[in-house]
Amino acid sequence: MFDFSIISSWLHGLLTGFMPEWAAILTESILVALVIITLYAIFAIVLIYMERKVCAFFQCRLGPMRVGPFGTLQVFSDVFKMLTKEIINLRGTDLFLHNLAPFLVVMASMITFACLPWNVGAQIIDFNVGIFFFLAVSSIGVVGILLAGWSSNNKYSLIGAMRSGAQIISYELSIGMTMLTMICLTGTMSFSEICQQQYAEGWNIFRGHLPAVIAFILYLIAGNAECNRGPFDLPESESELTAGYHTEYSGMHFGYYYLAEYMNLFICAGMATTVFLGGWAPLHIAGLEGFNGIMDYIPGAVWFIGKTLFVVFLLMWLRWTFPRLRIDQILSLEWKYLVPISMANLILMAIIVSNGLHF
Amino acid sequence: MDSQNIMFVILAVIIVLSSIATVLTKSIIRAATYLLFVLLGTAGLYFLMGYTFLGAVQTMVYAGGIIVLYVFAILLTDGAKDQAAHKKMKDASWGVVIGLVGFLTFVFVLFKQELFKGIAALGAPTEPTGAANNSIDQIGHFMLSTGEEGYLLPFEAVSILLLACIVAGLLIARKR
Repeated sequence: MFDFSIISSWLHGLLTGFMPEWAAILTESILVALVIITLYAIFAIVLIYMERKVCAFFQCRLGPMRVGPFGTLQVFSDVFKMLTKEIINLRGTDLFLHNLAPFLVVMASMITFACLPWNVGAQIIDFNVGIFFFLAVSSIGVVGILLAGWSSNNKYSLIGAMRSGAQIISYELSIGMTMLTMICLTGTMSFSEICQQQYAEGWNIFRGHLPAVIAFILYLIAGNAECNRGPFDLPESESELTAGYHTEYSGMHFGYYYLAEYMNLFICAGMATTVFLGGWAPLHIAGLEGFNGIMDYIPGAVWFIGKTLFVVFLLMWLRWTFPRLRIDQILSLEWKYLVPISMANLILMAIIVSNGLHF
Repeated sequence: MDSQNIMFVILAVIIVLSSIATVLTKSIIRAATYLLFVLLGTAGLYFLMGYTFLGAVQTMVYAGGIIVLYVFAILLTDGAKDQAAHKKMKDASWGVVIGLVGFLTFVFVLFKQELFKGIAALGAPTEPTGAANNSIDQIGHFMLSTGEEGYLLPFEAVSILLLACIVAGLLIARKR
């Protein structure tokens, strides 16, 4: 398989040739940050277009069709519209916190975005404690949402922020539990090692069979709730709260929330891909050497993005199929069903791993 | 002055300024936000030293847990509208005395341990070592072993403490 670290080490060698080590690292960091921000914007646009089309097809409509062929330029025109809008400062609110909140949300989402393994050797943040770091950083976004709700000085926003906070904190438990289940199988938390292992031994969802499938389903449910998307979109349920915690935001500040929402969907799907579906590892079937060889010729990034978009499609399917839950139903689903199931699942996985019953 | 030192200075300035802002601000929710920056800066220091596990724990427990809890409590209790009342010097005098005693103790310990000599001997901070990067396995083994360097008993004692807290919380919040 194509190893991306050839390019990165070549670039490092080139830069250290004419500047000191720290300046080379600084330059590389800036380059990587630019790449992250560009990818972030590109995938947000792809996902917004995809969401509209998928939503339309589920409702027997065509979706955007007017601007560009099949409406492909619709999202770009929406972005330009949002960029030209005025950012309105509210009177009688805490402006500092009001303007800070969207940046906290976007920052948390960007750091988690940087954790995704794109290809062999193309990880950006790759620690020994990768998954734990991912969970830790993703929890900063809640502060941004709570501050947004409070600093809007609007009761609908406040209710939306409260609902969002309660929901995200609750569902983080099951996400942590399902991740623990999979760490139990892989024995490592580093994203690169998890992918390498799945390349060598098969995808985790096949290796861990029953508990891994249960964990995958639990992760999809909890991940959908983490992203504040339907059927868990209570924080911004438009029929009750106008738009929830971002009602009072305009222009690009609203755009940041919109961006973060879609990118959280992508990150959630990317994490499901990394942990359950092999990350950049191609599909291998034991015994079919020729087939495996052909699959190895497809680059890892194509595998990763393809699998991630597939999981995104699953999540969109969920969103546009189920009606919205009530807040008490959301909390009882988490605390009475998902948490006990994921705990039992963790024990099942521990039994399977300690007896060597996995593949 | 290498890149480690530059990053340390940036983080230190963020931590110091945010700490001062936390104490000086009038609005309680702003204080919580500045405290978030202090805690994130501390996590940044851990990452700089190569202790990724400690940094991630700092981010998760303090930034993601404690601060969210603070903000939640402030929003729920209507404390957000509370502005710090103008205290008289008489109320503040005890605080000043306790602060001075704490500061003097700190300075005394600093000089007693000859910490400055030790720092001078150490030289500039070095790159993270391999041992620091491998530490999560070691932490896991230390937490659950009973041997010479095992921490199983304190670990279990802390978990019993947390369990007691949960039970007490349920007892207070239950319907009568």
